[in-house]
Amino acid sequence: MKSNTRNLYLIPYVLWILLFVVAPILLILYYSFFDIEGQFTLGNYKKFFTPVYLRMTLSSFWYAFLITAFSLIIAYPTAYLLTKTKHKQLWLLLIILPTWINLLLKAYAFLGIFGTFGFANSFLELIGIGRKQLLFTDFSFVFVSVYIFIPFMVLPIYNALEKLNPSLVDAARDLGASWWTTFRRVVFPLTLDGVKSGCQAVFIPALSLFMITRLIAGNRVITLGTAIEQHFLVTQDWGMGSTIAVFLIIAMAIIMVATGNRK
Amino acid sequence: MKRKTKWANIYLIVVFIILYTPIFYLMYYSFNSGGTMHHFEGFTLEWYEEVFHDTRLFIIVLNTLVISLLSAAISTILGIFGALAIYYVKKRQMKNMLLTLNNVLIVSPDVIIGASFLILFTIVGIKLGFTSVLLSHIAFSVPIVVIMVLPKLQEMSPTLIDAARDLGASPWNVLTKVILPYITPGIFAGFFMALTYSLDDFAVTFFVTGNGFSTLSVEIYSRARQGISLSINALSTLIFLFTIILVIGYYFINQRSSRPGGLGGRK
Repeated sequence: MKSNTRNLYLIPYVLWILLFVVAPILLILYYSFFDIEGQFTLGNYKKFFTPVYLRMTLSSFWYAFLITAFSLIIAYPTAYLLTKTKHKQLWLLLIILPTWINLLLKAYAFLGIFGTFGFANSFLELIGIGRKQLLFTDFSFVFVSVYIFIPFMVLPIYNALEKLNPSLVDAARDLGASWWTTFRRVVFPLTLDGVKSGCQAVFIPALSLFMITRLIAGNRVITLGTAIEQHFLVTQDWGMGSTIAVFLIIAMAIIMVATGNRK
Repeated sequence: MKRKTKWANIYLIVVFIILYTPIFYLMYYSFNSGGTMHHFEGFTLEWYEEVFHDTRLFIIVLNTLVISLLSAAISTILGIFGALAIYYVKKRQMKNMLLTLNNVLIVSPDVIIGASFLILFTIVGIKLGFTSVLLSHIAFSVPIVVIMVLPKLQEMSPTLIDAARDLGASPWNVLTKVILPYITPGIFAGFFMALTYSLDDFAVTFFVTGNGFSTLSVEIYSRARQGISLSINALSTLIFLFTIILVIGYYFINQRSSRPGGLGGRK
């Protein structure tokens, strides 16, 4: 009797898993073995290991690394200071609020700010540096991405810091540890899980963002995501696109395992 | 010590200024009669008028709302089934496997979801447009609902179900009279998250939308690629206001649902 009801709930859910989780991944894998004419081939994989694609993969990882590193550097102190403020919940809400606004609108705002006569350039002129080409450079790409990802980095670190027992910090200080030693030996190791999940939440999307590269970086920065979008929607070479997607999935799995929390 | 807190405050204020500058920058120039995002000529509402008179845009907004409400409703139902399924599975290995598969779509990059769904719909023969967008929004919202509902189920005491069964309730009664009322806050939260994910999604929709059909974020992207037009600014101001209303609504739902929950715990 009981096993009957159990099976009934499983039917629609497992159907969903098979159709929209398992099937799409298998299809990507399947398509990666076909060329643009629909012939079975291993050529896509051969092509992926040519310098052109390897360099693209490397630069994509480099940008994702830069974006993650900068977000972490900015977000950790922010999260730390947030836990010390009076109205924590309100400030936290204010950090989260921008994430509810469509990413494209935020990217679009930077088209104006970084434009030739925009706010950033007027500021640069004011402090005597003079106008610079900001839009369509790798700087603007990294800046906008960091801007977008900061809240996603702050949130898990904030949660980890909140869970930290404050008496541990007091104990370390009582035993004569300096502020820096306390941070390095007590606070940071205990919030490492938050840092890891923050990095995970930033690094994987940073590999695959294509709308920001298209809007902000022109075609100067090509990430794995941009390449996939290009192959699927512009050149219609689904085989090559799927091959890159397969490598992106592998990279994702590696990152998940590397930053996974062992429980 | 005092110096330190001063610097701390300055740091936080700078971060907040950076976070909010682009948003207010957009809103400020939506009132610019000059037509650019750098030189404020004079106050005007003409861009708002343009937005309100744009019937194509109106249809796109309607599409977006219909897609997000429908997909949130359907994925909430599927997600409840999913959470119940995971809850009732007794074998630990099976449970973990289901949870892992559930989380695949949450952590996958949008590009991969979009590309793989595009292949899927093409093979199955679903025409790209309303149906494909709706199906993919349902698909990526289901795991989010499961994640929101499952903790509520797990914190429910199993003796409640046993008691109901002992008192002669049928499985259907147990579900509608005991389980569902208990997990209602989780269901609302899941529905709300699904709604915002759907409203916010760009990348997946962009892949599976085909030609004739468009949602708001796809439309914003294609307009922004053509350069600056202040009607996007006006639109974003309106969206920002709408978002704030949603956030406040969400906040109140949370407040209200946490109160009866607390009462229930006391009983």
